[in-house]
Amino acid sequence: MCGIAGIIYKGQTGDVGREMTRMLQAMRHRGPDSTGYALYGETSDLLIMRFALADPTDHRDFDFSERLERNRRKVESRLAKLGATIDRVQGESDYAYRATFRYDGELKPLADFVEDVPGAEVLSLGHSLEIIKDLGDARTVSQQYRLDDFRGTHAIGHVRMATESDVDIAGAHPYWAYPFSDVAVVHNGQLTNYHQWRRRLERLGHRFQSECDSEIIAVYIAQLMSDGLSLETAMKQSLDDLDGVFTYLVVTKNQLGVAKDEMAAKPLVLYEADDMVALASEEVAIRAVVNREIDTYDPYEREVLVWNR
Amino acid sequence: MTETTSPPAATGRRVDHRGLAEPDAQAPKIATITGQSAEFDAAGLTPRLINLELRRLLYVEGVTEVTIHNPGAQHSIAVGLLIRCRIRIEGSLGYFGCGLVDGPEIHIAGRVGWSVAENMMSGVIVIDKNAGSLTGAALRGGDLVVRGHVGARTGIDQKGGTIIVGGNTGSMTGFMMQRGRQIICGDAGPGLGDSMYDGVIYVGGKVAALGVDCVEAEMTPEDDEFIDRKFGIYRMQRPERFGKFVCGKKLWNYDNLEPNERKLVL
Repeated sequence: MCGIAGIIYKGQTGDVGREMTRMLQAMRHRGPDSTGYALYGETSDLLIMRFALADPTDHRDFDFSERLERNRRKVESRLAKLGATIDRVQGESDYAYRATFRYDGELKPLADFVEDVPGAEVLSLGHSLEIIKDLGDARTVSQQYRLDDFRGTHAIGHVRMATESDVDIAGAHPYWAYPFSDVAVVHNGQLTNYHQWRRRLERLGHRFQSECDSEIIAVYIAQLMSDGLSLETAMKQSLDDLDGVFTYLVVTKNQLGVAKDEMAAKPLVLYEADDMVALASEEVAIRAVVNREIDTYDPYEREVLVWNR
Repeated sequence: MTETTSPPAATGRRVDHRGLAEPDAQAPKIATITGQSAEFDAAGLTPRLINLELRRLLYVEGVTEVTIHNPGAQHSIAVGLLIRCRIRIEGSLGYFGCGLVDGPEIHIAGRVGWSVAENMMSGVIVIDKNAGSLTGAALRGGDLVVRGHVGARTGIDQKGGTIIVGGNTGSMTGFMMQRGRQIICGDAGPGLGDSMYDGVIYVGGKVAALGVDCVEAEMTPEDDEFIDRKFGIYRMQRPERFGKFVCGKKLWNYDNLEPNERKLVL
């Protein structure tokens, strides 16, 4: 089933970490396996990299902690080797980290080099995007990563009921559009031409972090945008290119968009006010952050909507 | 037999061996009862507690009119009510609201999520704002009135009754419809009446595309009289003209019927 949610403030910031937690917790029945956030804080000169060095389901052998510490140092040395000036690397959990650094080079070689460290997975890379995902419900993940204090302009989130790939961090949404900066996606549905698109994108040099069909949407959209298309045009093209049932949300540094397939087979409820937009698989999630009687509606089939922050 | 398990991680609420949530829950008894009328505030209550309180009022206290405040867009509210009564819901409902009902008159002063009035057998449900997809799925009888817009697959597998939509409707409206009528005042999305067996769909606006085996038919004075009567009851503005859409009965399954079966179907 899965549940997706998004919130964007127009011309201001809000407590997007706390609000996304409330929205996702209200939809926990749609997906108890894992919860993920793509949060956008104020744009920084520094690059922010969220990465994991192990999965919560990994076996904790005797040298688990020492191995992770060794691998964390390897990540730091590899960043430095590529010319990055590290500002800070902090542990966010036993196995997940947040690094900030100054770097002007290409992102793909950097992400590839980091992921070559055993167990390493780059969850996000950008100047304002931070992806946090882990097993459990929203309250659990939010407490673990202290997300209540996260202020920002927009966010998307996902509660996952695993169907076609494993229950682990790699299978959890959101997906960063590796290796494009600051682009992420959450998706509810199934893509039936996933393997076809994955092969096409791999031939263009892209690699994928998971076996999950949703990951290709992020890379697909980012690829079209890097070819010069606007987010809205890229999303409209996806309605013809992607096959299956889907409602997905995309976020970039400045925008949040939603697209529904031609059957409108997956739910989405939308509330738009002068100062913000909130949308989710169920209205109960919107009401978790907008505590008053509101007018909402369901976007129709083949509808693409994009908002600026 | 009371077999309960520990709370599932997904909800934090107790479930029994069948998966029934909050098996030990009791009606909260918070309603204010005045004669045949009652009202209560649903803020902070789970769907199960709201429904327990509602059923207590209708079935135990003998109340015939209930007002529910602050439903909070929660799911599965006011389902399975098999009794003549009046219910007013001051706010919006989530998914599966008012399903499987037989007899009540329900007024929702808000919007509803997916699958409202699924399998309704008789009664009246009026929704002041928008409704999600699968509105009136498998409706068997009664009137379902949505004053705003509705999502996709409105009246899928409808088997009777009338669905009235004040605004637009999404794709595959009346998909596999078997009986009953729909009156759509606004536009209809693609796939209107796809694979419908019977029934009638009236559309006041534009139709994006007809579905398989759905054809336009001539409006008759009886059609106009029916629409006028319904609009009079619910005080709705009638569009200038309606198109009437029915089953063309040209699908392969009609060709494969024996003559006596064909007579029954046609």
